[in-house]
Amino acid sequence: MTLKTMMAAACVAALGTAALADGHGGKVKVGMITTLSGGGAGLGIDVRDGFLLAAKGNDSLEFVIEDDQRKPDIAVQLADKMIQSEKVDVMTGIIWSNLAMAVVPAATAQGAFYLSPNAGPSALAGRGCHQNYFNVSWQNDAFYEAGGAWASENGIEKVFLIAPNYPAGKDGMTGFKRTFKGEVVNEVYTKLGQTDYAAEIAQIRASDADTVYFFLPGGMGISFMKQYSGSGVDKTVMGPAFSFDQGILGAIGEAALGVKNTAHWSKDLDVPGNAEFVSAFQAEYGRLPSLYAAQGYDTALLLISAMGKADVKDADAFRSALKEADFQSVRGDFAFADNHHPIQNVYMREVVKEGDVVTNKLVGVALSDHSDVYGADCEM
Amino acid sequence: MTTLLLIEQVLNGLQSGIMLFLMAAGLTLIFGVMGLINLAHGSLYMVGAFAAAAVAGATGSFVLALMASLIAAAAAGAVIEMVVIRRLYDRDHLDQVLATFALILIFSEGTRWVFGSFPLYLDVPAALAGPVTLPGGILYPAYRLLIIVVGLAIAAGLFLLIARTRIGIQIRAGESDREMIGALGVDISRLYTIVFALGAALAGLAGALVGAIQSVQVGMGEPVLILAFVVIVIGGIGSIKGALVGALLVGLTDTLGGVLLPLAFGVFMDASTATAVGSALASMSIYILMAIVLLYRPTGLFGTV
Repeated sequence: MTLKTMMAAACVAALGTAALADGHGGKVKVGMITTLSGGGAGLGIDVRDGFLLAAKGNDSLEFVIEDDQRKPDIAVQLADKMIQSEKVDVMTGIIWSNLAMAVVPAATAQGAFYLSPNAGPSALAGRGCHQNYFNVSWQNDAFYEAGGAWASENGIEKVFLIAPNYPAGKDGMTGFKRTFKGEVVNEVYTKLGQTDYAAEIAQIRASDADTVYFFLPGGMGISFMKQYSGSGVDKTVMGPAFSFDQGILGAIGEAALGVKNTAHWSKDLDVPGNAEFVSAFQAEYGRLPSLYAAQGYDTALLLISAMGKADVKDADAFRSALKEADFQSVRGDFAFADNHHPIQNVYMREVVKEGDVVTNKLVGVALSDHSDVYGADCEM
Repeated sequence: MTTLLLIEQVLNGLQSGIMLFLMAAGLTLIFGVMGLINLAHGSLYMVGAFAAAAVAGATGSFVLALMASLIAAAAAGAVIEMVVIRRLYDRDHLDQVLATFALILIFSEGTRWVFGSFPLYLDVPAALAGPVTLPGGILYPAYRLLIIVVGLAIAAGLFLLIARTRIGIQIRAGESDREMIGALGVDISRLYTIVFALGAALAGLAGALVGAIQSVQVGMGEPVLILAFVVIVIGGIGSIKGALVGALLVGLTDTLGGVLLPLAFGVFMDASTATAVGSALASMSIYILMAIVLLYRPTGLFGTV
């Protein structure tokens, strides 16, 4: 072997290591803080399972997954631990807006990327936006604005609004009223966690509203729908998808049939990759995916798409790679607005029975290429 | 607001009060006889609901489901009494709170382990699914009427049990002097297990009855537990009669407050402020009621100690 060839070999080797260090094949450490126990654990489990399904077989992803128990203080502790001792590159997983508000500003300020698979509080979309914060789900108002717009276009004139008496409930109703052109007959704010809605249902019966629009997440929505269908009141019911998600429909059963609900995704949405996602999820976990699972799946696809373009250690390049949103979302067209929140369609779905399973069917587009109103306040 | 709507809301208040009574009766019985603060009472409510949902899912029979809820909750109650609670009678209340709080966590995670994280399906039987027309043309859900009837029947049965039976005599004796009835040859540890299982069975039945119109999920018992504590504080700790009166007061205040307060504020405020202030005040109403009762009757309405 001549000196020349040895030199060449050394150069190639050096280039090789350089290329590796450059890191398109480098590992990315993902810190996932989500709700895996206590009330609302079903949402966190779906996000995690959707995410892991998309990441399956991808060796360059490394996970630290922790349970926040839906408690802001625990989420903050976990986030600090993940950033400072585990040195994660990307964080994700939080389900609830109040936990997101506790964790995200601190995490992004320490240089970590945060991809939100659920929860889009208005503060993080407007004045509190951050270049390292990407919302892959929705700004909180989106489903309600779509509900209001759809109701206006479909001849609904008088609505009765019900939501829990807490910020997300009030924001949701504000979002609905922003796009609804008809008359709001009555607005009722119930206790958070209320389980008996007999009094509200009697008020609905007595009112002259033609439609009930409600946002009651989790068990509250289950209770409301079961009691509503037993009451014999036959006004149309509408709401955001949170109360008619796959995990919840099983518990409500046929009482939910015919309810209209808005979402950015539906399992029968005809876009490339969605049918494959639904069948892969069913094969892996033995249940139908929920919209939270779809969001977890999309979040992982976004991350993987950015990893293919840039090294996570090069924050600027990685950030632009994320911003491009160059992945095939199971929701169809997906792009980021300047405040790193989605521009996407929001659809109207209807609860139907397919065989023995109560599930959602797509009805039509409620709002196309919708983005939030808070972006104007965002300066990055 | 029409009279009919008001009557319907009063019925709603009664129904929620009667459900609370089933919870509060067990809680106050256990406190009265054994001097034990049982935070895990809400978990027994959850056990009843889950047992009912599982049996209803497997057999399709609502009656079997209700029986399963009674048996499962009574069995769970008897087991925790013998394994854990028995060691706590001589300890102070803080130790009891700590241990029974641990039981809440164990029950919640255990239930999740067995049934998963998603809410279970439990619906009212088809025969009772719709509304019935009451005199005066009030449409009222048949199932809620059944709850009122069942609850009143159980209240009557409980009074008879306490007033007329041998076990009732022992329970009353236990309330007034624990050591003495032990000295008189009553098997006190068996009595405690029976009382605890009885309280647990009532909670389990309440869980199953309510589970059919609400959601059967992990953690469903804790909000009810807080209300049940409010009830027994208002009624007087240890008094079954107090539990009944307290439960009806809380149920009616809670329901009517939520309906009437926003309307009342609407008289002199604009609609949206009235809704906001009224709803906020309605959430506080039962605690305000409790404060007022305690101000005039520091031991509760029927409390003796």
